[in-house]
Amino acid sequence: MAEKTSPGRKQGLTAIDGALALIALLLIVQMWLLTATLESYLAGHHEVALPAAIISGVIFLVCGGLYLFVARIDSEARQADGETSTSNERPE
Amino acid sequence: MRFFRHSSQDPLWQDEFSIHAADERYVSRRQFTKFLVLTSLGMFVGNTWILVRSLLSRRPGYSEKNICSASDVPVGGVWLFRYPTEKDPCILIRPDEQTYVAYSQKCTHLSCAVYYARKKNRLECPCHEGYFSVRNGDVLQGPPPRPLPRVILERRGDQLVAVGMDSGKET
Repeated sequence: MAEKTSPGRKQGLTAIDGALALIALLLIVQMWLLTATLESYLAGHHEVALPAAIISGVIFLVCGGLYLFVARIDSEARQADGETSTSNERPE
Repeated sequence: MRFFRHSSQDPLWQDEFSIHAADERYVSRRQFTKFLVLTSLGMFVGNTWILVRSLLSRRPGYSEKNICSASDVPVGGVWLFRYPTEKDPCILIRPDEQTYVAYSQKCTHLSCAVYYARKKNRLECPCHEGYFSVRNGDVLQGPPPRPLPRVILERRGDQLVAVGMDSGKET
């Protein structure tokens, strides 16, 4: 009993999937960065900590931005759905 | 920050537990995205923690410490001591008549104690067969990721004095 998805929803889902893939990719980079920084720190190389923290912060901000993008797409798709269902309603 | 509130006009519980299948797919993706962003925040916090730790723990100034007199160590022999603190075991080696070298005794892999293999003239870690050069502490073989930290020695008359540490670079 599959429910029919509106074109707006489909586009929204595609955009969300794309954003999700990008976030996952950034997260892998951030994981590697944290591991490498920890290894360097334990080896006594403290000079890498600052650039690593800055890059990690930038990646987090990009991920946050993508999350806001996902939320906005979601909101717009819901609004579009609401308008479509209102216009398709049969007048009484 | 209106984006962080639920995006539709419905109450939040209706948003999260929708009766429509398509909405369910939406919610799971949104929640997963939120989870990933929180994970990203956690790793940023981890990096910031490392930064704070490295700023707070600046390299300590090493004190000088008498180890032993040069004649105490025979050629091909070793002398165990602790430097810079009592928790840091080190090994002094005299590979030939005029040469004295000292390294931290903790293997850089998993901190097992390394020992001097005189016949092969190298430092060996018995746990995972990591071998280090006696000349400069470099990794010769095995899993250790970096050379052994070297103790900087000075010879004052017959006395051998430790004056600092030189942590090995990444290989």
